[in-house]
Amino acid sequence: MSSLEVNNPKVSMSDQLPSSPVSETPPTAGDKPETVFTVRDLNVYYGDFRAVVDVGLEVYEREITAFIGPSGCGKSTVLRCFNRMNDLIDIARVEGQLLFHDIDLYHPDVDPVAVRRRIGMVFHKPNPFPKSIFDNVAFGPKIAGMGGDLDEIVETSLKGAGLWDEVKDRLDKSALGLSGGQQQRLCIARAIAVQPDVLLMDEPCSALDPIATGTIEELMREMKSQYTIVIVTHNMQQAARVSDRTAFFTAEADEATGQRRGKLVEYDDTGLIFSNPNDERTEAYITGRFG
Amino acid sequence: MTALSPDRPGKTRLPLTLESLKRQRSKDGFGQVFQGLLLFSVAIAFAMVATVLITVLIDSSEVLRGQFWDFLTNKSSSDPAKAGVAQGIRGSLIIAGIVTLVAFPVGIGAAIYLEEYAADTPLTRLIEVTVRNLAGVPSIVYGLLGLAVFVQGLGGITGGSSVISAGLTLAILVLPIIIITASESIRAIPSSLREGAYGLGATQWEVIRTQVLPAAMPGILTGAVLSIARALGEAAPLLVIGAAAFYSTGFQGQLDQMQGAFTALPMNVATFAKLPADVWAGHAAAASVVVLVLVFSINLVAIIARARLTKKLGR
Repeated sequence: MSSLEVNNPKVSMSDQLPSSPVSETPPTAGDKPETVFTVRDLNVYYGDFRAVVDVGLEVYEREITAFIGPSGCGKSTVLRCFNRMNDLIDIARVEGQLLFHDIDLYHPDVDPVAVRRRIGMVFHKPNPFPKSIFDNVAFGPKIAGMGGDLDEIVETSLKGAGLWDEVKDRLDKSALGLSGGQQQRLCIARAIAVQPDVLLMDEPCSALDPIATGTIEELMREMKSQYTIVIVTHNMQQAARVSDRTAFFTAEADEATGQRRGKLVEYDDTGLIFSNPNDERTEAYITGRFG
Repeated sequence: MTALSPDRPGKTRLPLTLESLKRQRSKDGFGQVFQGLLLFSVAIAFAMVATVLITVLIDSSEVLRGQFWDFLTNKSSSDPAKAGVAQGIRGSLIIAGIVTLVAFPVGIGAAIYLEEYAADTPLTRLIEVTVRNLAGVPSIVYGLLGLAVFVQGLGGITGGSSVISAGLTLAILVLPIIIITASESIRAIPSSLREGAYGLGATQWEVIRTQVLPAAMPGILTGAVLSIARALGEAAPLLVIGAAAFYSTGFQGQLDQMQGAFTALPMNVATFAKLPADVWAGHAAAASVVVLVLVFSINLVAIIARARLTKKLGR
């Protein structure tokens, strides 16, 4: 938490908001955007531990939805339900309803591999494969058996991630030679190369410096026209700057067990969450009084 | 001077002087002693290896200089001037080949299964512990196993005490080493790499084939080569399964020779070492040099392969 926020949170926050938050968010009446994810009574367990309690929210098409909250509040866990990444953890169990458009993502017939081809993910630490830049981007299209010209797919994806001009002369060089910010944009290029419907971003800028962060935020605003984006972030200004809607999660101790479990406190237009939150816990968090 | 740090009530501070910041050497006496001991350990280890190498080279110099080519190309003989290790070299190379063909795929396969597929159950853990313990079983015990299984049990295929039995026995001997080193290399691959591939819609097999195995390959290779070196140096199991000191091939074809009597370089070393020292002194040492050169060459190939693989991974 920087001293700026602590000293004058409201001002610093609203300074960073898009010029007119009201016009930025889609009108609520009339042409409501299509719902991409519908979450109802979502509970996630790690073994016997209930990590996320009764989360319900909706994610809308071609919007950026931000999940904010203190550490351990379950925001990443919820995000990882959207492309069934939690399936990779043996002891994780998901209960409740999670609809992708109108399909139950946890229906027994649904293949998580097929889900992940439609719902891409960018992780908190850049994790390029130890291969060439080209092979990193081409990996997804190759395993998906996508037709078409690989060179073209790679170029389009790298352009989409705003990395093409920086790497076009060294596509055959190792991706590990790129800077952290470039690596993360490569991971975004890699994710959009399979043309997903949705991009999940799990704290994509947590390992990056402010300039690289700015570049990625810029990129997210551009990508919004084509993709539905859900981003988990520790950085509240980031949520305020880029997102259309914000969900605030918190970790609360369970009366019976004393274990800290994640709960959704409030979910609304980003402008409202940051200017006029309903819940006092949200207000306390965004004004820097806890978390 | 204390103005550098604002006084806090209830806490007394030492005055800040140059003296207080000077290194207090006397206080780190234990550190110095410990470092000295560590250096001593390194020196001992190095001295031991150097002694062995120098002794072996000096002892073998007469044989290697006087009859170098004959020593490499002749089979063993009762005449010290004619005796050589050609049969031992042939046996050791075939054994190395069989170990490579049998132990590498089985060992690496077992490691992949244990690390990537097997659920973390008590049974899996029991198997892992057992494999670790097997790596510590004395090699002569593997010799008994080889005698029972390959020489006697499968004698119809292996031909009894043959180079095939020897290769299979040593393959079993090094299997735990390969499984352990391959498992550890696979476990060292960061989960972020797997997640990255899974996140793009890769199946488990695609993740293993395209990401985990290539990234783990340098480590797997190192373990595999070490295991070959181990197999090439073992004499005890060969003695148990009935390696010959030297043998006559007569008019046998290649396949018959595979199933017939055999020897290997460690066996040559053991045989020469048992003969009267006055005329046979240098032969055991010379055969050792041949083993060492063989092992070092294999290591060299592995180092080069490892360097190329690592470079390909861009690290």
